[in-house]
Amino acid sequence: MKPGVGLPNLVEIWVYLSATPLFGLTLTLVAYVAADALYQRFDKHPFVNPVLISVSAIVAVLAFSGVPYRQYFEGAQFVHFLLGTATVALAVPLARLWSELRERALPLLLAVLLGGTASVILAVGTARLLGASDVFVASLVAKSVTAPIAVGIAEQVGGSPTLAAVFTLMTGIVGALVATPLLNALGLKDWSARGFAVGVAAHGMGTARAFSVHPRAGAYASLAMGLHGILGALLLPFAGKLIL
Amino acid sequence: MIRGLALLLVFQSLGEVIVKLSRSVVPGPVVGMVLLFIFLVLRKQTPESLGKAADGLLAHLAIFYIPAAVGVMLYARELAEQGLAWVLAIVLSTVGAMIVPALLLKRWLGDRPDDGGGGEPVDGSTAGQAEIADKRADKLVAQPAPKPAEDAS
Repeated sequence: MKPGVGLPNLVEIWVYLSATPLFGLTLTLVAYVAADALYQRFDKHPFVNPVLISVSAIVAVLAFSGVPYRQYFEGAQFVHFLLGTATVALAVPLARLWSELRERALPLLLAVLLGGTASVILAVGTARLLGASDVFVASLVAKSVTAPIAVGIAEQVGGSPTLAAVFTLMTGIVGALVATPLLNALGLKDWSARGFAVGVAAHGMGTARAFSVHPRAGAYASLAMGLHGILGALLLPFAGKLIL
Repeated sequence: MIRGLALLLVFQSLGEVIVKLSRSVVPGPVVGMVLLFIFLVLRKQTPESLGKAADGLLAHLAIFYIPAAVGVMLYARELAEQGLAWVLAIVLSTVGAMIVPALLLKRWLGDRPDDGGGGEPVDGSTAGQAEIADKRADKLVAQPAPKPAEDAS
């Protein structure tokens, strides 16, 4: 330690801490814990979405403190990595439902195919009508497919992987926000059908919302997300080349 | 719990290896999920530690999306310039993609409001959780509380 330094220099401590992985990791967890507490407090109201709140808070902190995204991600990557592990874990609720899924295979597959088609047509059609650039339109093709697959599909049809990731995440947030009021308006009460519809339209973030409302809804949402991901990876690169 | 986490990581690694070898666009964790699903169906039961690890991760699935979502800040300018187009495209297509399967399944499977409420528990470990979620979830549904199937028909 340098002589003459009595009190700890707060600026130095901040410079040190903000450059270590501890910063991004702590910020992510604290923001989520606070946002989730708010979500529970509001009885899991869909508009008090924990991801939306945490992301807004973290972006505000980073913008205010001038810490670049890359530096934040040094720490946040540990949380990001577990997204893959959590994806693998989705097999567990699916396996618990296996016997009833087998009987419903045909309607469920058809629901994914038609829901996915509606997503592509509406997304590409609306963006074209409103004059979005070609890169934007191509990046929207796979927006209802789970983020890591959507990124790969966007690259194949001439979109931007980063924009595709952003659009996919926005889709997840919109899906989580509209699911409860929309499905209530349609008068759908069956938890499995409700969860499945959310999973088709809004992949992982919709699935997270579904799990927080009802475990059956969550399991069916993850099934829909998995099926949409696999069918999307197989079909969308060709569909994209046809319509773009 | 640790044993279950280890098993999840083993399947995640298997998925990554298969994707690298086959140069597929499907991400490794999705392949890992399919492999684990096949493993569990063949085994006919879920090891308790795996069930705990999976339930623990899935209860807070939302947190894992945060680091990637914060990346939105990198594209603030481009996104602002074409704001109306992509926002409307995403809202309309997401609503449409939800309405289509919802109506199809409602018609095809029939709407059974008792689903998951009084029925057989999916699994011993999740049954209690399901009941608690049911009570909370009732508030989120505009319709009256679920009734037994005999009355509904």
